[in-house]
Amino acid sequence: MKEKLIVIGNGMAGMRTVEEILKLDTEAYDITVFGAEPYGNYNRIMLSPVLAGDKTIEEIMINDEQWYVDNDITLHKGKTIVDIDRKARKVIVDDGSEHEYDRLLIATGSNPFIIPLPGHDLDGVIAFRDINDVDMMIDAAKNHQHAVVIGGGLLGLEAANGLMQQGMKVTVLHLMDTLMERQMDSVAGKMLRKSLEERGMEILMPASTKEIVGDGHVEKVVLEDGREIEASIVVMAVGIRPNIELAEKVGIHCERGIVVNDTMQTFDPRVYSVGECVQHRGETYGLVAPLFEMAKVCANHLVQHGIALYEGSVTSTKLKVTGIDLFSAGDFTGDEDTEELVFQDASRGVYRKLVLADNKVKGAVMYGDTIDGSWYFDLMRDETDVSDFREKILFGQSHLGDSGHGDENRIAMMADTAEICGCNGISKGDIVNSININKLLTLEEVRAHTKASSSCGSCTGLVESLLAHTVGGDYSVAPHLKPICACTEHTHDEIRGAIKTNELKSIRATMDFMEWNTPDGCSKCRPALNYYVMCQYPEAGSDDSQSRFINERAHANIQKDATYSVIPRMWGGGTTPTELRAIADVADKYEVKTVHVTGGQRIALYGLTKQELPQVWGELNEAGLVSGHAYGKALRTVKTCVGKEWCRFGTQDSTQLGIDLEKMTWGSWTPHKYKMAASGCPRNCAEATIKDFGVVCVDSGYELHVGGNGGIKVRVTDLLCTVKTADEVLEYAAAFMQIYREEAHYLERTAPWIERVGLAYVKEHIVDDKDNRKVLAARFHFAQSFAQDDPWEARAKGAEKHEFESMKQLNA
Amino acid sequence: MSNEWIEVGNLNDIPQLGARVVNAPDGDIAVFRTADDSVFALRDECPHKQGPLSQGIVHGDRVTCPLHDWKINLDSGSAVAPDVGCAASYPIKMDGEIIFLSLTPNEDCPNHD
Repeated sequence: MKEKLIVIGNGMAGMRTVEEILKLDTEAYDITVFGAEPYGNYNRIMLSPVLAGDKTIEEIMINDEQWYVDNDITLHKGKTIVDIDRKARKVIVDDGSEHEYDRLLIATGSNPFIIPLPGHDLDGVIAFRDINDVDMMIDAAKNHQHAVVIGGGLLGLEAANGLMQQGMKVTVLHLMDTLMERQMDSVAGKMLRKSLEERGMEILMPASTKEIVGDGHVEKVVLEDGREIEASIVVMAVGIRPNIELAEKVGIHCERGIVVNDTMQTFDPRVYSVGECVQHRGETYGLVAPLFEMAKVCANHLVQHGIALYEGSVTSTKLKVTGIDLFSAGDFTGDEDTEELVFQDASRGVYRKLVLADNKVKGAVMYGDTIDGSWYFDLMRDETDVSDFREKILFGQSHLGDSGHGDENRIAMMADTAEICGCNGISKGDIVNSININKLLTLEEVRAHTKASSSCGSCTGLVESLLAHTVGGDYSVAPHLKPICACTEHTHDEIRGAIKTNELKSIRATMDFMEWNTPDGCSKCRPALNYYVMCQYPEAGSDDSQSRFINERAHANIQKDATYSVIPRMWGGGTTPTELRAIADVADKYEVKTVHVTGGQRIALYGLTKQELPQVWGELNEAGLVSGHAYGKALRTVKTCVGKEWCRFGTQDSTQLGIDLEKMTWGSWTPHKYKMAASGCPRNCAEATIKDFGVVCVDSGYELHVGGNGGIKVRVTDLLCTVKTADEVLEYAAAFMQIYREEAHYLERTAPWIERVGLAYVKEHIVDDKDNRKVLAARFHFAQSFAQDDPWEARAKGAEKHEFESMKQLNA
Repeated sequence: MSNEWIEVGNLNDIPQLGARVVNAPDGDIAVFRTADDSVFALRDECPHKQGPLSQGIVHGDRVTCPLHDWKINLDSGSAVAPDVGCAASYPIKMDGEIIFLSLTPNEDCPNHD
C-alpha cells in the first residue's frame, strides 16, 4: 500500500513540492491536500497585477481543480486543520473529520502583520495577501474615493499602485524616510518616490500612524503629528509573519518560523515544512525563488532519494509596477570592506549601484533600467571575479561584446515578432504566449516548452529577462550552484573533485559513488563524465564510446540528412600536391556532393554515408592524411600565416610554430572545441586574437593570447604574457591547455571559463608559478602519450565495425 | 511479409546502450539495446526533423536524437513531453539471444502512417 502524505496549505510552496514529488515518483504517495482558501493553487506573487487590472484571476491560476483530479490528489478546499495528533499520526479538520498520515508537509505560508492600532478592527481595514483581499479592494474602489496604504515597502507600493489603477486616490504612509528601505538605498528611493508622485500617489514619510477612526467603518487615519487623512479603505502592508500557529500548538519546535534542517525536516522526523512558514539557518523568506528551491529539496527527501540539501538562498527583488523598473539584490549598503560603483543619470531616471568586495559583486540596486539585473544577480551568485571588466560593468552586459544581441536588450520595447532564439526561430511573442498559457516560471520550463535558449544558449539572458518581464520579478532563478543535469544534485566541480579524490576511474564508478538518480544517466551527463574520468586518468583506458555524442563516436560530423563530413588534418594549414590529389580522388570516387574550404584552413568533404567512412579514411591514410578531429570537443586546428619565410612583414617563422603546436596537441580531448593560431606579425592574418590560444609573433619574441573565440559571442583574447623563444611558446601552450582541460566545466569554452575564474588566476598558475607550469605541461604530455593515435587508421583497418555497418540488409 | 518474424541478428551485435540499423525495404529501422539488455525497434527517423535515432545516445529506456536533442521513448516511439510526436515502433521477439523483428509497426503511433 502506498504511504499517505498530507499537505497542509494549498499555496505555491506546498503545491510546488507536490509537483516535484510527482516528477520524481508518481507512485510514492497517496496525496491529500488541505487548503483554507476556496480555490485551486494560484500564483500569489501575481496578485498585484490582478489588482492593477493587468491580469485576471484565471491567468494566475497555476493548478486548476482538474489538475488535482488528473494526478489522483484529494483536495479539501476551504477546510482548515485545527489540530495534529502526532502520536497517532493524524490531522483533525475543522469539520471534525480525522485523516491519517505517514508523512506530513506543513506549508501554511505567512500571515500579513496587522499593527494593533486603535481602530485596526474596523470594517474597511484589510491586508493584501490573498484573492479575498484583492476582491475587497476592487469592490471598495467601485464606491469609494480615498484609500490609505500603511507601509511603503514592496507590497504596500504594489497595493497602492493597484488601487490607483482602480481609480482611487491613494495616500501611502511610511514609517521610515526611504521607500522600500529593505531593498533600496536613499538615492533609488528618492527616484522611486518622484515617479510615484508624478503618477499621482501621495506619499507621507516619515509618518507614524496613531489611530484609525471610524464609526463601524473606517473614516480617517490620524498620525502621531496630528495630521488626519480621509480614508474609506485602509490597507495594512507592513510585513508578513510566518504562520506557525498550528505547528506551535502541536509542539513542533518553532522560533520565528517552523525550524527545519537542510532537508526541510522539522524536529518531528515525520513532519516536513516548506515555504514562508519555515525558518532555515535563522532566515525566513518571503519571495518565491527560495520556496521553489526548498520544494525541490523537500520532494527529494520525501521520495527517499535523500541526496539534496537546501543551503539557503540569495534573493533579488523587483517591483511589479508597470512602467517603474527597479531591482535589488544582496547587500547593497556595504561596509568598510566594500567598494561602491555608481552610475547615475538623473534626467533619464537611471541609477545603478553595485557593491563589490574583493572584486566580487555583493549587492546591487538598480532603478529605471533593470535589464541587466539578472546578469548582476548571476555574477553575485556565481561569485564571479569581475576585475577583467570592472570598468565596463556598470554599462551592462551588452557592453561586453554580446555580438548580435547587444542592441536588442530592450526587452519591453521589442516587437512580438522579434526573434529571440535565432537557433530555433522563436520570437518574443512565442515565448510570452507559452509562458502565459503553460504558466511557466523557470528558465528550464521555457526551454522545454519553446526550445528557446536550448541550443547555443546565447539568448539565455534575453529569455530570462523576458521571463522576468512576463511573470514579474520573482520568477524562479536557477539554484545557486547548478547541478550538471537532472540525474544528479551535484555540480561539475563537485563531480570532478570526487573523481579525483576517490579514484573513480569509470562512468559507472562515478555514478555509483555520487548516487546518480537515474540508472545510466542521460545524454547530458554521460559525455561529461566520460570526459572527466578520461582527463583525470588518461592511462586507465576508460573511454566509453556509447557515452560519446555521435560525432565523436563515429569520428565524423553528422549532417542534417544523416550523412557525414570528412575533414583531414592539414598541419598548420599547409598541404601538398599528393594530399590534394588523394582528396580529389576520394571526392571523385565517392561522388562527394560538396568540397568546401573550412575556416580552419583545411578541406571538408560533405555527403558521405556512414558505411563509406572507413574506406574513405583508408584511402586518405595512404596519402598520409589523418583525422582532423573537426567533429570533437578536441584540438581542432592551428591556423597560421606564412610568416617570415615569405611575408615581407613577418617577424618569426609562424608557419613552423603552428605546425609544431599542432603536432604537440593533436588528439587531445578538451572540455569544448579548442582552436589555436600563430600569426607572423601584429597584422595578425591568422586571427590569433579570437582563438583559445593564439600566438602573435613580434620582433622581440612571441605574444601569447588566451581565451578568445569567434562564433556565437565574439570574445577577443586576453594577453597572457610575452616570451622569447618558440620552446617557451610550446611549454606555455601545453600548460594552458592542461589547466583548461583539468578545470573547465564540460562544454565550457576557454572564453567563459576565463571570465569565470579570472585572467589573474590563470596568470598566477601559468606565468608566475614556473614549477606549476612545468608540472602542468608534463601532465599534458603524459595524457598525449595515450591520445595520439589516428582514430581513422584503426577504423579503416576494421576496428569498431559495428559502428559503421548495418546489422541486417532486408530485400524488398 | 506482414506478420512474419524476421531474424535480424544476435543481442551481442548491438553494444549495450547502443543501436544498430536494419535496412528494410520501406526505410531504415533502428534496433536498440538498453543497459538491462531489453531490445526495442523504432523507425530510424526522429518525428521532429527526421534525424537518425540509431545514432543517438541511449539512456534508461530513451534515446536522445543526435540532431536537436529530442528524447524519444524506446518502447512506444513517442517523444518525451513537452515535445510532441512519434516514431513508429516495431515488435521485437527474443529467442535466447536471437533477435526477431516484425515489419508491421505497432499501432500506438497515431500520427505516423
